[in-house]
Amino acid sequence: MSGKRNKSTPLNVVGKPFRKVDARAKCVGQTKFADDIVLPRMLYCKMLRSHLPHALIKNIDLSKALAVPGVFAIITGKDLPKSYGILPVSQDEHALCIDKVRFIGDPVAAVAAIDEDVAFDAMNLIEIEYEPLNTISSIDEAILIDEPRIHDYGDSGNIHKKVSLEFGTVEDGFAEADLIREDVFFYEGNTHLPMEQHAAVAHYDSDNKITLWSSTQTPHYVHRALAKVLEMPASHIRVIATPNGGGFGGKSDPFNHEVAVCKLAMITGRPVKVTLTREEVFYCHRGRHPVLMKFKTGVKKDGAITGMHFQSFLDGGAYGSYGVASTFYTGALQTVTYDVPRYKFEGLRAFTNKPPCGPKRGHGTPQPRYGLEVHLDKIAEQLNLDPVEIRRNHLVAPNTVTANYLRIGSMGLGKCIDKVAEGSDWKNKFSGWNGNSRKLPLGKGIGIACSSYICGAGLPIYWNNMPQSGVQLRLDRQGGVCVMCGSTDIGQGSDSILAYIVAEVLGIDPFDIRVVTADTDLTPVDLGSYSSRVTLMTGNAAIQAAERARELLSMAVAEKLGVPIENIGLAERRVFDVENPELGVSFAEAVVLAESKYGTIGTVGSYTPPRSPGKYKGAGVGPSPAYSYSAAVAEVDVDPDTGIVVVERIWIAHDIGKSINPMLVMGQVEGSVYMGLGEILMEEMAYRTNRNVVHKFPSMLEYKSPTTMEMCDVKTYLIEDPDPNGPFGAKEVGQGPLLPVPPAVANAVYNAVGVRIDEVPITPEKVMKALREKARGRDGRFGPGAVPAVDWPEPLRVLTPAEGGDGKELPKVAVHS
Amino acid sequence: MFLGIRDSAELALYSTLQMKTKSHIRFRLNGEQTEVAFSPHKTLLEVLREDLNLTGTKHGCELGECGTCAVLVDGRSILSCLMLGLDAEGRDVKTIEGMAHGAELHPLQQTFADTGAAQCGYCSPGFLLVAEELLKKNANPTRPEIQEALSGNLCRCTGYIKIYEAVELAAAKMRGEEMELPREAVYGLD
Repeated sequence: MSGKRNKSTPLNVVGKPFRKVDARAKCVGQTKFADDIVLPRMLYCKMLRSHLPHALIKNIDLSKALAVPGVFAIITGKDLPKSYGILPVSQDEHALCIDKVRFIGDPVAAVAAIDEDVAFDAMNLIEIEYEPLNTISSIDEAILIDEPRIHDYGDSGNIHKKVSLEFGTVEDGFAEADLIREDVFFYEGNTHLPMEQHAAVAHYDSDNKITLWSSTQTPHYVHRALAKVLEMPASHIRVIATPNGGGFGGKSDPFNHEVAVCKLAMITGRPVKVTLTREEVFYCHRGRHPVLMKFKTGVKKDGAITGMHFQSFLDGGAYGSYGVASTFYTGALQTVTYDVPRYKFEGLRAFTNKPPCGPKRGHGTPQPRYGLEVHLDKIAEQLNLDPVEIRRNHLVAPNTVTANYLRIGSMGLGKCIDKVAEGSDWKNKFSGWNGNSRKLPLGKGIGIACSSYICGAGLPIYWNNMPQSGVQLRLDRQGGVCVMCGSTDIGQGSDSILAYIVAEVLGIDPFDIRVVTADTDLTPVDLGSYSSRVTLMTGNAAIQAAERARELLSMAVAEKLGVPIENIGLAERRVFDVENPELGVSFAEAVVLAESKYGTIGTVGSYTPPRSPGKYKGAGVGPSPAYSYSAAVAEVDVDPDTGIVVVERIWIAHDIGKSINPMLVMGQVEGSVYMGLGEILMEEMAYRTNRNVVHKFPSMLEYKSPTTMEMCDVKTYLIEDPDPNGPFGAKEVGQGPLLPVPPAVANAVYNAVGVRIDEVPITPEKVMKALREKARGRDGRFGPGAVPAVDWPEPLRVLTPAEGGDGKELPKVAVHS
Repeated sequence: MFLGIRDSAELALYSTLQMKTKSHIRFRLNGEQTEVAFSPHKTLLEVLREDLNLTGTKHGCELGECGTCAVLVDGRSILSCLMLGLDAEGRDVKTIEGMAHGAELHPLQQTFADTGAAQCGYCSPGFLLVAEELLKKNANPTRPEIQEALSGNLCRCTGYIKIYEAVELAAAKMRGEEMELPREAVYGLD
């Protein structure tokens, strides 16, 4: 093909530590976050939220509030009767509650006023008559208590969803096993805590069109929700995602406050801004589901898994959010690291009267990964196998399909394990399972864990046959290039990735490029910054668009120079004959030639993930164009007198495929390790254990996250084994490196002081309780006991690929459905 | 969140207070003599963002825990969300907007941008000003000294490591030394 790059062409931009295209603007205070936007005559919105966890709304009296000078409008649920929700199967939210409130913090009214103080005062004069209902405050209660129902949809009672899948026959696996082990774990919920609180500004113009600026990771999904709820044509709604001050999954749902400000702008005819307080961000939540888990695994003497039965119980909070997907995710990735030939998954999501849970970095996979890695360590102890060896010896092979039909491409976990084992000097620190011959002093411990993560969900949130990502390029005849894409930069550098990739393909400098993103009027759809999809999907779309432009330029220049098209190269802002590099034109001249020949130069590229081999119901969650892999070794210091755990160092190796920008990759690894550290040591969305279900820590003063003083040292290894499905071979890095950190620390704590904390976070109180139990000669463990008894449905049964399966579920022989 | 006005009498009083003439202060802001008028109950953070249109200084927690609102007052880093705007009268205030020298970035701003120490960038203004204060006091800080100086600023994106590296790089530049990021900071260990 003309002017095409090949694998041996040296790279000029990709793989180099360029600064981000928006870096300097962020360092001079120029970047406009949502709350930085000020429009003339703008009004301010405050949302009145329920102070009761579960209640019917009997009456709302706005009269006193409306009488406050400076109040322009107040809306309640009846003003926005259409429901919405991120998943088509759980459109269970209203911007403002209509007939009942379901958690403390559930919005019931929105006030637009001349300033926030007036809005706040008016908000407190709104009189609402509630009829309290009994609360559901835990998974156990949700299973036992059918009435009152928090929602009138779902599996039954207060169970939102039940899933039961079996790949192969797990009992056959247990029959073959030399050892069968069962373990129960609990992973507490935690939240994203982005430094920037959610904010949005809505403008209703004189053409009756709405523009919403919002700190959102998913402007396209917000666009769809607004069209539905505002009952307006989507073509008259423009959603612009402002640069997010951190997202981590907390800004991926369409939100009550986004809808409310649009409606208030339409009613008042003035721009309306809303900024959540930090406390409100805790109620907005959509964070990590608390998950209770049970593993039952059969293994051979050498540690090879013969079968695994996994159960998860998710505390979903008061609304669906991404929860159905989260439930499937808890069961999806157990099979992609170590070979699991037979696998059974049962998952349950419960509604409770708490802030709704959704996607947080890792989305439903950190919890089971924590459980699996600690469970595997316990198995290793029983078999007297080294924890590094038991993992290293049973890795899933590259280019295979797992029992649950996940197609693995490149798989660099072996190299990752080797690097961290060597780097941490594992051999000289881990002294086996016999506590008597320690190589490290008592109180110091070392632990390993591995993990994997998807590089983008194979399927979009709403099923369609369109690309997941689109990129449009415009070439200016004076040499500038504009790249447009719907992707959202949440700090990870997605805008810069577009610039680096296009610059590489077109042979120009990244700073010659204008990147326009996340604007539903201007940019082609990209589904959003979630599931680590952005580099892979927008990157591939950008390559396609840039290669199409490259071809036009090459053809025009080849003709002008009188050389074959195969000879044309693009580099250093020139388009030239590779055999005679002096012979060429500048990039701008090349555009002039192409524009003269073809007319205005604009190209598009798009990306759709490959179809998954899984065809069973539920196969949509888990497949991905590629999987990244990580291994971590943690070295900890546990004080047996206080239970305080200090993580001194984490060695982490991440199978990145190819670093588009290694410095940014390092930043993602370090940031992921940081967030994993926060989760294992201190972060918890905990609620008072009385009927009132009040959040214990809804402020940054009480909800702990690591400062510079708690962050450990990090030794990073980047393993580059390019994946054919990734742009230049690149895989994800924004979420994967978080996953091995919590279990590596848990395993290290056991190595340090001989107690198992089978619960996240590992707090000093839990360590002390376990140490005291151990001292009394009892089981030195702190963690959950049994899982609740549940009426699981008959599993959907699927033959594994190894059994000759076709990915479809076996026909049911059941009598009834 | 649910404290506040309970009845219309309280509200009338409060409205009267709000309708009072704004307070007027004069102070030095980013090296320039500045005057501004605002409701007297406002914090310096609110005055900067809302009355002076300097939105570079951020809010994150409303209670002095996160450091995103950090500015320099008379050379000392303080949390502007915990200082009344009125208290800025006659003082010397520096925000992120005043850190560059005309069009030339402060070495810290350059290194933060060049090393990827600014990911989402929301915490960066606070970190930059506190780091500037550190380097004025200590031109060659050790890593533990940097960690301690920055311990009042939270970041959820970076894990802090690139921030330390950016501070060390800027400190070297300011001492007139040639320094590059160590290879392992950019590419990882071999």
